[in-house]
Amino acid sequence: MSLLAASGPSLYWYLTRSTGAVALLLLTAAIALGVIDVQRFSTPRWPRFIVDSLHRNVSLLAMAFLVLHILTSVLDSFAPISLLDAVIPFAGSYRPFWLSLGAISFDLLLAVTITSMLRRRIGYAGWRATHWLTYASWPIALLHGFGTGSDVKSTWLLALSIACLVVVVVAVLARVLAGWPEHLGRRGAALGGAALFSLFLLLWLPGGPLGSNWARRSGTPSALLPHTSATATKTGNKR
Amino acid sequence: MRSPSTIEPREAPSADSGPPSLHQEPTLPRLLAGIPAQGAMHLHEHLAIHGELPSSPRRRRGPSPLIEQIGRAGLRGRGGAGFPTATKMRAVESAKGRPIVLANAAEGEPASLKDLTLIHSLPHLVLDGGVLAAQAVGADEVILCVCESLEAHVLDGLARAIEERRAMRSERGADRLPRLRLMTVPQHYVAGQESALVNHLNGGPAMPTFTPPLPFERGVARRPTLINNAETLAHIALIARHGAQWFRQLGVAAQPGSTLVTLSGPVAAPGVYEIEYGASLSSLIDAAGGATGRVLGALLGGYAGSWIGAEHMHGVVLSDEHLAPLGTSLGAGVVLLLSDEACPVAETARVARWLAGQSTGQCGPCVNGLAALADTVEEVAGGVAQDEATRRIAALAALVRRRGACAHPDGAVNFILSSIATFAPEFSDHARHGPCDACARTGELPLPVPPPRPTSRPTPAGLR
Amino acid sequence: MSHRVRVNPITCEAHGMCAELLPEHITLDMWGYPIVDGRPLPPALLDHARRAAQACPTFALLVEREPKPRG
Repeated sequence: MSLLAASGPSLYWYLTRSTGAVALLLLTAAIALGVIDVQRFSTPRWPRFIVDSLHRNVSLLAMAFLVLHILTSVLDSFAPISLLDAVIPFAGSYRPFWLSLGAISFDLLLAVTITSMLRRRIGYAGWRATHWLTYASWPIALLHGFGTGSDVKSTWLLALSIACLVVVVVAVLARVLAGWPEHLGRRGAALGGAALFSLFLLLWLPGGPLGSNWARRSGTPSALLPHTSATATKTGNKR
Repeated sequence: MRSPSTIEPREAPSADSGPPSLHQEPTLPRLLAGIPAQGAMHLHEHLAIHGELPSSPRRRRGPSPLIEQIGRAGLRGRGGAGFPTATKMRAVESAKGRPIVLANAAEGEPASLKDLTLIHSLPHLVLDGGVLAAQAVGADEVILCVCESLEAHVLDGLARAIEERRAMRSERGADRLPRLRLMTVPQHYVAGQESALVNHLNGGPAMPTFTPPLPFERGVARRPTLINNAETLAHIALIARHGAQWFRQLGVAAQPGSTLVTLSGPVAAPGVYEIEYGASLSSLIDAAGGATGRVLGALLGGYAGSWIGAEHMHGVVLSDEHLAPLGTSLGAGVVLLLSDEACPVAETARVARWLAGQSTGQCGPCVNGLAALADTVEEVAGGVAQDEATRRIAALAALVRRRGACAHPDGAVNFILSSIATFAPEFSDHARHGPCDACARTGELPLPVPPPRPTSRPTPAGLR
Repeated sequence: MSHRVRVNPITCEAHGMCAELLPEHITLDMWGYPIVDGRPLPPALLDHARRAAQACPTFALLVEREPKPRG
């Protein structure tokens, strides 16, 4: 990966992409490990306390990468993203909706992280109630990635995202089916939500981020869009 | 040795019949004196029989004189645990915060009727005791806790009794007497347990909580809470009037005073009797009109207690020092006789299943262990048990003891093991040959109908 | 000053991590619930006991300073 000229993508821009991708991967792993943990999976080589520690540590690592992802996106001089945009939705001017999804997802994860660190003070019931937010934060993060990411169309990133989606859907399925049919309403809603989200992606992606002119349609400030003649259509926009 | 008194019909109070003084021969009844045949004794009758409510001003410094008096009297709790009452009161009095008093008449033990008798017929004894105890520890409120399944007329009688006293309170000055309140608790075996009672009054379920803190330090509304059984308070009401020495004139040195006992089974007149500690079991049965048939055994202490086999019943003396070597105690004053019409194995299986159902489900060892015990006892009763059933029961018992948040599993284990030991021939007979003729007549040991289930959450060792 | 471990049986949900981290004092019964040896902890095990208490998802395992009589 070579650095381009000053008018091209900076180091920070690449770091933002990579830390974002890694964060998605780690969050996916954290959810998978969380389900494995709550299912009380254990073998002689993978005792309960290992699975639990792994879940906690992978989650913390995900948060670390998220913080890096936010810092590099702020430091990147290309897009006008401020530190506040990381936590307050709809404040920025760069693809405001899609960026805000990232802020919302981060806020949810922040709540989960803080409550987990203060578990003993909050108590088990309060901690558990907040922890469910992780299931909400993940799809929001994925949509943020699709919406804000500039190279969604690259094969590797698309494949990675789809793979993560599959892992999370499988994890949700496993979580819902265990203990069936208690709390049938909630389990049904979870299944329905996962199915609807996957269906939505299937229908939206081709015409959305994978379609033409997404940078303009997603709200990139026009000053940042590459200059074109009024009549030509844009395809394969690398930004 | 004096014989227990029977429940006497209501006597018209006369000018001469004042409270017994130290110079008269100590007699029974004490608590049950003048008990009305119907309804509750009114306040004026109560005061005529027992005398005025002693004023118990709380000294600013030093322990309350009433607590000292109760200590000298040697009064122990009548709720089953037998904890020294004065010690409990001192602990509450010296704890931080303004105390509150709970008069525990929840009486979850199915075979016990003594507290019901007191609140139904003699509520002012209990209320007197509550007021006196409250004054002694510095509490401003007494909450009388009764079972929610009480019949309406009993609840009405209690409300009226409290109303009668409200008039007295306003006469004597409201700042001298504590507030009286009536609260109901669910009809569950464990609902009357002290921390369960506090939990319920704090707005939670009527289920035990993890201790510490114990109620005496932090209970209802985080206040030091004095929880006394209704009968204990009734005794306090009389000790305050007649003194510690009077109290000790009945009973034995190690266990002074009188106590209420619920006698049921094949006797002519089952019911609640007042005895002195140290009375013989045979005199109690005689006072109840004698046995109406052959008796297989006597269960003392209720369904957390233990049996005395028929062959050991002769000469049994009702005091802990005599009962302890036999492996039993009076508990909350329950004596259940089992007739020879009943099958002890089937009855044990039935009660074991009920006890398992009364687990609140909060603690894994209890809810799982008692269910497994009930399963095994039922298998033995049905003759389908594996060979090692007795060993399995012993192993389960060892696994369950002291691993719950309350004493319920311990009591259940105590009862089951005692049944098997006392009726060993019958149990091995059933294990080999299955049900006997008497099994069809199961239902002699009293259980609430239908058995109420406590609110519980399932506690599988897996996903929630 | 001795330390002992104790389980809050109400909060315990039989996750079993305590038995993995302090096998010297905790074993699991047939239903997955901890059987705790209430004897004083040797000083060498104190850190392990604290770790076991931190690992418990429901905070059911307690490391207590003074021996507590069963209330």
